[in-house]
Amino acid sequence: MCTVCGCSEGETTIEHTHEHEHHHGKHSHTHDYGSGAAHAHAPGLSQARMVQIEQDILSKNNQYASDNRDYFSKHGILTLNLVSSPGSGKTSLLTETIALLKDQLDISVIEGDQQTTHDADRIRATGVKALQINTGKGCHLDAHQICHALENLKPAAASILFIENVGNLVCPASFDLGEAHKVAILSVTEGEDKPLKYPDMFYAADLMILNKVDLLPYVDFDVAQCIQYAKQVNPRIKIVQLSAKSGIGMESWVQWLNASRAMQLVDFSETA
Amino acid sequence: MSLCESVLEILEQQSRQQHYSKVSRVWLEIGALSSVEPDAMRFCFDAVMQGSLAENARLEIVTVRGQAWCLQCNKNVLIEQRYDTCPACGGFQLQVNDGEQMRIKELEVE
Repeated sequence: MCTVCGCSEGETTIEHTHEHEHHHGKHSHTHDYGSGAAHAHAPGLSQARMVQIEQDILSKNNQYASDNRDYFSKHGILTLNLVSSPGSGKTSLLTETIALLKDQLDISVIEGDQQTTHDADRIRATGVKALQINTGKGCHLDAHQICHALENLKPAAASILFIENVGNLVCPASFDLGEAHKVAILSVTEGEDKPLKYPDMFYAADLMILNKVDLLPYVDFDVAQCIQYAKQVNPRIKIVQLSAKSGIGMESWVQWLNASRAMQLVDFSETA
Repeated sequence: MSLCESVLEILEQQSRQQHYSKVSRVWLEIGALSSVEPDAMRFCFDAVMQGSLAENARLEIVTVRGQAWCLQCNKNVLIEQRYDTCPACGGFQLQVNDGEQMRIKELEVE
């Protein structure tokens, strides 16, 4: 249950919630599930009838995502949704990236995990603002959770917001959070055929980071094959090879970040 | 699982607008290129609907084939996977235009 307003189903908890305020206007909290009988019917006749709905299953999420995107655009915030399987090194990549950039840029982080605040604690140790969302049994973050997290986190204008999604290469692909880009992180300790096995995720991502390349001498991983598979699923995907641990390749990632940030700032001015 | 929860949310929301208290059948239109595995969807559907207004509802999945426009052949072609090449020319220049949907089409309600 969402701790802000109790409006979301499931076991989501968002850290540090103080207010009940929404930055979008389309959100209402009627909790009347209409348990009464359907409209009057003649006795003895079946009450069954057909209802045409034609509604996308993710329409509600997509509406929140669109609200989030407007918010990011209005405030010039570059938001990146980091997705990967568990253990690819997302949090380490984040802490190293923050160490490189925090003197020049405002950075904040939303951490998604099923349980614990370990990752948010690691991020906060670097000195930037971080908020943990525990999804309970949920396997991904959704746009509604992000909208609530924004109320608490309040990322600075013209800043970068990283969203570290729950480690899972399946469900997060379907849930738009309003981010500018999905960044898929794959490590060389996994199979090079991950892009083919989980094509939806690599199709949805604009950048693939191949992490832990310092381990290549010790593992059986075919980099060229992996890149070919990723391009086969998504010909537009950009690929950066790096090691968050050794620092190799980090400058290419920072370049990509700066370029994306410049794009996000094109239609933003502080006075807007 | 979460997709089924979204379906249930929509069913509950619609029950207020369309005035029904029980759902006995749900038709979903699922594209072959969406990230939905129909068997997993069926399994989760029954679990998620338990104790709700759609308990024991039948799930009907209408599959829509993947279709893309081939820039080289200048026509629509059928594809099974995102990484398929054009079945006519073998090219990669495909723009998917059908088969990505995940949609609730119709309900039988009381």
